[in-house]
Amino acid sequence: MAAVIEARGLTRHFGGLRAVDGVDFSLEHGEIHGLIGPNGAGKTTFVSLLSGRIPVQSGTISLNGEDITHLPAHLRVRKGVAYTFQITSVYPRLSVFDNVALAAQSRGAGDVPAEVAQALGRVGMTGLDGAQAGTLSYGHQRLLEVAMGLALRPVILILDEPTQGLASGEIDGFKALIRSLVPQTTILLIEHNMDVVMDLADRITVLNFGQVLAVGAPDQIRANKAVQDAYLGGDHAAG
Amino acid sequence: MTDGAKVWGLHLLVLAAVFAAQFLLPPYHATNLARIMVLAVFAMGYNIAFGYTGLLSLGHALFFAAGMYGMGLPVWHLEWVSVPALIAGLLAGGVMAGAVGVLALRTAGVSFMIVTLMFAQAGYLTLLYLNSWTGGDEGFVVASAARQAFGFSLATDTPRFTAAFVLFAAGLLACLWLVRSPFGRVMVAMRENEERSRMLGYDPFRVKLVALILSGLYAGLAGAAYGMLFGYVGASFATIQYSILPMLYVLLGGAGTVLGPFLGALLMFYLIDITSNYTDAYLFVVGAALVGLVLFAPKGILGTLRERAWRWLP
Repeated sequence: MAAVIEARGLTRHFGGLRAVDGVDFSLEHGEIHGLIGPNGAGKTTFVSLLSGRIPVQSGTISLNGEDITHLPAHLRVRKGVAYTFQITSVYPRLSVFDNVALAAQSRGAGDVPAEVAQALGRVGMTGLDGAQAGTLSYGHQRLLEVAMGLALRPVILILDEPTQGLASGEIDGFKALIRSLVPQTTILLIEHNMDVVMDLADRITVLNFGQVLAVGAPDQIRANKAVQDAYLGGDHAAG
Repeated sequence: MTDGAKVWGLHLLVLAAVFAAQFLLPPYHATNLARIMVLAVFAMGYNIAFGYTGLLSLGHALFFAAGMYGMGLPVWHLEWVSVPALIAGLLAGGVMAGAVGVLALRTAGVSFMIVTLMFAQAGYLTLLYLNSWTGGDEGFVVASAARQAFGFSLATDTPRFTAAFVLFAAGLLACLWLVRSPFGRVMVAMRENEERSRMLGYDPFRVKLVALILSGLYAGLAGAAYGMLFGYVGASFATIQYSILPMLYVLLGGAGTVLGPFLGALLMFYLIDITSNYTDAYLFVVGAALVGLVLFAPKGILGTLRERAWRWLP
């Protein structure tokens, strides 16, 4: 498989804090890649570097072989790197339609209403397009966030803690949704819920203190002694 | 009826009512209405920046004055006449807004307010400093030979009202079209959440700059028309007061509504006109009205109406 996005020696320090410290990383076409690590391990900083929200101090990022290290965030989005926010970040005072339309028209979609209907259909929100986004349930707002990501037709969809705050029934639906997106879209999934990551991911990268602790398939990560010590604990390793 | 039909119906109805008013009102009030329409164009421009895009500027007097002098100086020094001079004023407003925007949009929020205020003050002082070219604080009268358009004198009532109405109607319909267009949606997105909009692929700087230039074109056109229709160009129009006025009109009528600027300008104009007949302390009454507005309808009249009843109001 070919790498869609590749990072080499990615570094970002905040004062004395080495939030991301020389990370090598590659995302292969059509995979679901989990990114895990203890709180403060640098996960969100790392994906912010990938998406361009935070400038890189050193290291390089390439997208399909093209160097995008210094490309502004909005241009990376146009090239297909979509980011959905950890804290739900829809436009609460706009309609569901407008929220998704903003994503669809951003990449110059010809028929915006059709694209909106399609994206809402994918996440199971057909018929809600007239609702004001801020009045939706929390679960629906998370789904709307994903619909906005989908309407961008991204090459890579970065999902930052997508199941946070969802009920267990909603999580099952969410997992099915993520599975339906590959292999057209490559998924980078930051997730605290270990069951979700272990279940969905083809490969997992573990960050700790801003560095890569381990990369591998879920079983390998479960069995990895260093990961167990740093993060997972005995229960998960056994289960 | 669809929302689109309701929206166009309402706005065309308002335009028809305003046009008909010149035949029904006594001349004094018809002239007032012409003045209000021009000020409403200014406020519509302010609303594009502030109401829709979330850019709180304290420097729009500069764009208004750029339009007024962009019209007036060619008339005075180069003997230009009505239509070319008005176009020069329109463009001067847009160019000035673009120049200020390129620098001021590096800041946001309170800093943006202060930077735009400083640019406007610098513009005002420049007008005074270049006394021999601009007429300084005395200003100058726009030559009546230049105030002719299509065989009519813009100094007389009916042509003046008609000219003001044409500009007002064009401004209103263009604004309505803009805010219902895809770019209008992006302007609102920038107001609501700039970071989210960036992560949907929009360049905040570019979007805000375009909105500010559109705003400046409106302000420039209004300034040019004000000088042309009422015959006087002066530095007093570049003072802070003319940055505050469009903001008050917009806040009163409803920020982020297409008709709000006109309604706000109409009510504020007559509030001042009527109360100043009774007391020198009319600004006290204006202040009290604004306090009441903030307390009871912080979204302005049409903003409140939209929230409570007419959800479809653009």
